Amino acid sequence: MAATHRGRQVVRYLPVLPAAVLLLVFLAGPVLWAFHASMTNVGLTGRHARNPEWVGLENYQRLVQDPVFPLSLGLTVLFVAGSAVLGQNVLGLALAVLMRRARPAVSATVGTAVVAAWVLPEIVAAFAAYAFFSRDGTLNQLLGGLGQPETDWLYTVPMAAVVLANVWRGTAFSMLVYRAALNGVPAELTEAAQMDGAGAWQRLAYITLPVIRGSIATNLMLVTLQTLAVFTLIWVMTAGGPANGSTTLPVLAYQEAFKFGDIGYGTAVATVLIVIGGVFGAAYLRLLREQRP
Amino acid sequence: MKPRGSTWADVVLLLVGACFVLPLLWLVFGSLDPAAGHATRVPQQPGLGNFAAVFTPGLLFLPLWNSFLLSTGTGLVTVVAAVLAAYPLSRYRSRFNTPFMYGILFGTCLPVTAIMVPVYGLFVQLRLLDSMPATVLFLAATSLPMAIWMTRNFMDGVPLALEEAAWVDGASRLAALRAIVLPLMRPGLGVVFIFVFIQAWGNFFVPFVLLLSESSQPAAVSIFSFFGQHGAVAYGQLAAFSILYSVPVLALYVVVARGSGNALALSGAVRG
Repeated sequence: MAATHRGRQVVRYLPVLPAAVLLLVFLAGPVLWAFHASMTNVGLTGRHARNPEWVGLENYQRLVQDPVFPLSLGLTVLFVAGSAVLGQNVLGLALAVLMRRARPAVSATVGTAVVAAWVLPEIVAAFAAYAFFSRDGTLNQLLGGLGQPETDWLYTVPMAAVVLANVWRGTAFSMLVYRAALNGVPAELTEAAQMDGAGAWQRLAYITLPVIRGSIATNLMLVTLQTLAVFTLIWVMTAGGPANGSTTLPVLAYQEAFKFGDIGYGTAVATVLIVIGGVFGAAYLRLLREQRP
Repeated sequence: MKPRGSTWADVVLLLVGACFVLPLLWLVFGSLDPAAGHATRVPQQPGLGNFAAVFTPGLLFLPLWNSFLLSTGTGLVTVVAAVLAAYPLSRYRSRFNTPFMYGILFGTCLPVTAIMVPVYGLFVQLRLLDSMPATVLFLAATSLPMAIWMTRNFMDGVPLALEEAAWVDGASRLAALRAIVLPLMRPGLGVVFIFVFIQAWGNFFVPFVLLLSESSQPAAVSIFSFFGQHGAVAYGQLAAFSILYSVPVLALYVVVARGSGNALALSGAVRG
């Protein structure tokens, strides 16, 4: 009986197989391969390309001593904190709150503009951001109109430029999440608070935000993970420069692997990124589990 | 009723909206300006010369065709695998379901750019570099977690009673899936397909690393390599090409947003 039951279970779950194979080969496979390859000297070309040697923790030792790695780690934290946690998250929430108070036509128009930057292919968004911040670009035109001197943003403050560009590119996601969350706040709650004489800021701080705290936590996790993975925007705008001034971890991994041809070392950098992503991913799952009683 | 239409909210929103439109304005003006540079300006002599210049088979049609193959292939593989996987997950109760779904959700969290270097290494070892089908399978794998999650939610929305009626009439599970369940979830499957299509169409990094020969590169990569990153580039043509390349996904997004706002909100909530 038990055997046939189990057999039937297996047959029933057979359709999961194609998806499971794809996920194992192309997602789990590379992750496991990364841990392995980061302990070899596998190269992009040459004799170590096909016949890599085992070097143990050598790549990680190099990583710890490499002055670029802590810099890159710091820039990644700055990029995520500035453009995702502060920028996209706060601006997205502010937009969603304002949209409930503004005229419907205005909020629809502005919503379209914000979403447009998000729906565009990433390479096009990156070109547009590059042109905007470049020496003779739109930003300098505007500031010049106000009598400000011309600045080469991409060279003097590359991190500020890519952080702002990523806020422009990604705020739509937070805005959509918060618009949905605010629609779920019962009107009676805020109305009751209003009757009791609470001002707009008090209602926001003591009623609305506590009610949507689950959405805030979820959104923070998701924008953090998305921003951690940003490569194209930075690559097109600054290519990590000048002098590694905007080399976040994805850019560093790419450079080490493909520019300097050291796949093993690049994979070690990528592994660090995978582990960071894994930690945030696990935290996200815990969060979801707590939200669902 | 709470008050609607506060003027200061309108003003603040419009200011923020203007900031979001500004970088896009350059694309539109630049594409119509034969002498475009980095600056945003209304073209002195607007014309379609930039569009005409990029309207060549090698520059425009082949890359767009490659983008189309890559995105359609990814969309089809993803939807088929997601439907197959979602069926048992939606219809049977098993200890297997919860860990699998959480594993899937964990997969949506994986930063894809982080695995591109190892994927390149894997593709070299398996001799799959520069292979369009292998790239399609990889892209499908990266979009599968989200697609399975969405598809299962859509399938949960199809009442089991309808299916049971078909079984009573002698239909097999597969026949009932095809004749009853899938037609009822067609809008949902459309959303999943379009969503995966948009992501594959816009993806730059994956084909940039995995597809090396010019003849198989999609528009995202060819636009980057042809126009060069810095230096003397034809900005007007770059803008024109960008617009032609962006229009399909903008149109598809409008289709989804108009047709099923809820489904999109749902998909948005798990976009990884």
